[in-house]
Formats: sequence, C-alpha cells, structure tokens
Amino acid sequence: MAHEEDALEHGRASWKPSAGLAVAVPDSVENPGLPPHRHRATDQDPQTMKRAVRTVYTLFYVSVAASIWASIAYMIFPIESGALIDIRYNNLFIGLGIAFALLAIGIGAIHWSKSVMSDKEYIEDRHATRGQDTTREAAVNVFVEADKDSGFGRREIIRNSLFAALAASVIPGITLFRGLAPQDQNPVALLSHTMWEEGMRLAHDPSGRAIRAADVTLGSAFHVIPEELAGLGHDEGYLEEKAKAIVLLMRLQPEQLNPETNNLDWSYDGIVAYSKVCTHVGCPVALYEQQTHHLLCPCHQSQFDVANGAAVIFGPAARPLPQLPITVDAEGYLVAKGDFQEPVGPSFWERS
Amino acid sequence: MAREKNKRRASGRRSPLAAAALIGIGLLLTGGIYAGATAAMAASDVPESQSTSATAVEDGEKLFQANCATCHGLDLQGSDQGPSLFGVGELSVHFQVSTGRMPLQAQGPQAPVKPVQFTEEQINALAAYVQASAPGPAYPSAELLDGEGDVSHGAELFRINCAMCHNVAGAGGALTEGKWAPGLHETSGLNIYAAMVTGPQNMPVFNDLNLTPEDKRDVISYLMFLQKSESPGGFSLGSLGPVSEGLFIWIFGIGALIALTVWITAKSN
Repeated sequence: MAHEEDALEHGRASWKPSAGLAVAVPDSVENPGLPPHRHRATDQDPQTMKRAVRTVYTLFYVSVAASIWASIAYMIFPIESGALIDIRYNNLFIGLGIAFALLAIGIGAIHWSKSVMSDKEYIEDRHATRGQDTTREAAVNVFVEADKDSGFGRREIIRNSLFAALAASVIPGITLFRGLAPQDQNPVALLSHTMWEEGMRLAHDPSGRAIRAADVTLGSAFHVIPEELAGLGHDEGYLEEKAKAIVLLMRLQPEQLNPETNNLDWSYDGIVAYSKVCTHVGCPVALYEQQTHHLLCPCHQSQFDVANGAAVIFGPAARPLPQLPITVDAEGYLVAKGDFQEPVGPSFWERS
Repeated sequence: MAREKNKRRASGRRSPLAAAALIGIGLLLTGGIYAGATAAMAASDVPESQSTSATAVEDGEKLFQANCATCHGLDLQGSDQGPSLFGVGELSVHFQVSTGRMPLQAQGPQAPVKPVQFTEEQINALAAYVQASAPGPAYPSAELLDGEGDVSHGAELFRINCAMCHNVAGAGGALTEGKWAPGLHETSGLNIYAAMVTGPQNMPVFNDLNLTPEDKRDVISYLMFLQKSESPGGFSLGSLGPVSEGLFIWIFGIGALIALTVWITAKSN
C-alpha cells in the first residue's frame, strides 16, 4: 500500500485518497497553524530579567537557609520531656524546614527555565503511529539474525534448560509463603476449633475474672474470653487463641428470644453468647444496640439480629454469627457447654 | 487600550488560582459555620448536688408535671408516647435533662443533644423527685469522677468495651438506621458515669459487676485525659481517621499538585 512507504504522506497537499477507502469530507478541519510567538517580559525588559534572576537565586538561598533551619530545629525542639506535645513542634519545624528546602530548589529551577533560559520554540512534526514497512521488516530481521547467530532456536537443549531454570526460580518464593502458615498443625483444624471446651468459664476481657449469670443484668453487653486464656502469655499463643475465642455476652428478656430461630438450650435465662468474629471478613462485631438487639459490624455494615439467632439482616455477611452454647455451673458461673458447633469467622475453602 | 483592559480582567477571572481560591473560601465558610454550630451544642460540665430536701422534691414534682408528664405519665407510669420511669433514678434523669436530650422535641431514631432547657437547680429538683418516687441508680461519690485513676488501664477498657461505637479517640460514630454513638470530647465525668450505669437509649448497660467502680473511674480518667491533651499532630480533623484525613489530602494535597503542574506547564509571561 502506497501510504506505508511515506508515513507523512497524507499530511501533504499532493495526497489523494484511494478510491473506495476514503470518505470525502467537504468541511474538513483546516490546519490552524501555530499561534504567534509571544515574547516574554524578561526578554524585552532588562529590568524584569534582572528581577527574575534575583528571584531564582533568592529561592536557592532560601533553600540553603531552610536546610540549616531544619538542623537547628532538631536541636531547639527535642523530644525529651516525654510529653506528647513535643512531637508536634519537633515534627512541625523540622518538616517545614525540609519542605521549604526542597520546594525552593524545585520552584527556583522551574522559574529559572521558564523565565531566564532561552525562549526558542521548536516544531516537531507528528508522524503516523505505524512505522514504514521497510523499518518493520528491518526490526523483524534483527530478531531473525539474532536467533541465527546465537543459535537460540537451534540449540534446543540450552533453550529448554533456560526455561526450566526460570520456572524453578519462582519455587523458593512459594516455599516461603508456606512458612507463613502453622508448620506442625493442620491449618484447617486450627481454623475450625477454638479454645472453648465443656465447662470452661466465661470471663471478662482482659482481666479473666469469671462472670456469674447474676452479674449479667438486662441490657448488658460483656466482652468475654475463656477463663484459661487470661493465664496464657503472649509467647504461648495468647493473641492467636484470643482472635478465635472472643465472645459477646448479652442478656435479653427470655421471651424476646424467638424459639423458632434460637436454640434455647444454648442460652441461659435470656443470656446469649455469640462469636465476635464477623462471618464476612473477620472484623470484631461488637456494636450492640440494646433496644433493637441488633449487632453491627463496623467494617462493612453487616447487621445481625440477636433476638433471631444472630441472623444476617443487612450487609455482606453470608452466615449468622456462631453461637457459643452456655449454661451455669454449680456456683452460678457461666460456663461453655462446648466449643462452637461451626468454625468462627469468614469462609474458607475447606469449610464444610 | 480598552481591549487590553478587558483582556486583563478576563485573564484574572480565568487564572488557575481562581478555582483554588474559590474552593478554599467555600471550605473555610462551611468549616466555620459547622464549628460555630457544634460549639453552641457543647454540653455543660455540671457540678453534682445531692440535695434531696423536701422542697426540691416538691419543686421537682411541679416541674415534672409541667414538662414531662405528657409522655411519662403523672405518676411516672409512662404512656404510648414515652417509657415508664420506675427504677430509672436520679442519675438517668440528670443525664437525660442536663445534656438536653430530654424533653424530647420529636420522636426519632435517637434523642439528640440539644441546648439544655433547665437550670442546674431545676434539673436537680427533677432528679430528686424521680428518685424519691421510684428509686434507681444514684449519683456516684466524687472520687469516681476525679480523673485521678489509672489512665492506661482505662484506655484498655475503653478500647475493649467502648471504642467500637464511640471511636478509639472518643470521636463518636454511626450506628444503624439513623442512630449514632455521640462523641465524648465534651462530655462531663458525671455524664460518662451515668451513661455507663444507665445505658441510655441503645447503649448497653455496664453495671458494677461488668466494669467495677474502679474500672469506671479509670475509663473516666482516660476520657478526661483525652479531653485535656492537645492533639500532637495539630489539626485532628475530628479524630475520625481515614475519612476526614483522606478527604483532606485528596482536596488539598492533590489540589496543590495540580496547581503546581499547571504552573510548571504554563508559559512565562
């Protein structure tokens, strides 16, 4: 095709569209040409030029001063007294110093290039995106030649061994990822079970003080951990266990618990305990409204109705919050009847 | 000559700085009006008084009949419009009236904080009347409100029990269907205590077996510490976290970048 030999061809006056290809446009857009060159004030008035030069070097000296100020501010405003307010002055004045030091260099340089450096305009013509056929052929030729010279296509064993080496280089990364999961235990089992077991007392978070049923008055919300958890150290998996075992304990009027949607054997006289881990992506659900008996998850606005077995009434959560079966022991303390009957928290692949 | 003048005026209005200046003025105005409105709503710090003299009860009864009985009934028994006040107690009455939540102006998802309708003396009389007629939670000892408790323990308890609704910096937050947890930056120690004990509206109750009196003192001390201490970062932007901070940097940070870009590419005159 003709136009591929000269990429700029259809910009020229001699260009005629080939029959059957072009649409004749009677009112085609005229080339407006270049706007007239406007001379800068600095080129016409030596006084203005002098001022611009002065501005530029002043800005650079301001930068020097600001750098020095930042160092001085570090000494004048130390973070020593222990008061939080120290951080404000320290950060503010060092930050202002460094910001002005860098900003003044940048502004000075741009101002220099815009108003002092040469004001010549250059024209660069546009060209078609597609290269000329000869250029394209030459580019393909480079690869063909390189293949021939290097023998990359011919020496298959070398080529394939290189491919194998590249593929294998990814494997260490995958191995390191495996190290993020627990090594000696089955992750599925860890996700499926929590610390709760039969007879374990419900206790205050974080003190581990056991809770009696009589403590939980109407409208109360208690933040609960297993009593044994409070005795665990941080190196003994305190946070890992707490993340799964946290529970919110609430007391409603017993008749408010709908017997069709609640397993009343799992509650005690209107006291119910639900996992605090959202079944959507695992945020702690603890925004309890005691009049509406709704629980709100602050992350994505899932709402659960405590009067109806923590059923989802709004939002992206797919399942009700798991309920912890509870009862009271001989001394009147609330105890778990066992672990949750289903895994707590968000869905995972092996969840049945 | 006239043309040149005209041109200058037009370029002034079209200056890239004009849009930025306009946005800045708009933001300042909105912020100023909002600040003025919130300052007007700030709750007053009330000194407690335990005068339960016979005259206070009598005054309280008259005030109650004139201002509260329409909804809560002449004998505190409640009506279709409002709940019974049996067992509510002086603490709850003081909380509801001294924050302006009661008398309620209109039924809605939640009673808002409004300008207070009564003097401190009148509020105490109302509270004394309700307490004398059907007792409930009473005023705490002054020691619980002194703010001298263990601030770091209070902060831990606040994070576990309160921060999910009231925000970790006590700035408040949204609940469901038009309800909200109010900010605690202006709330007095007595009202913080009253809210924990009485569980106003949708707030759960935190009785003395859940948070012991000593725990409550620590929580109050923590909130008083927050109220007293200045934000180390300067403007706290409402302590609302990523929403207000993100909005700020999107408007002013990216706005400044755009202004700089326009300046860099503009021709020097």
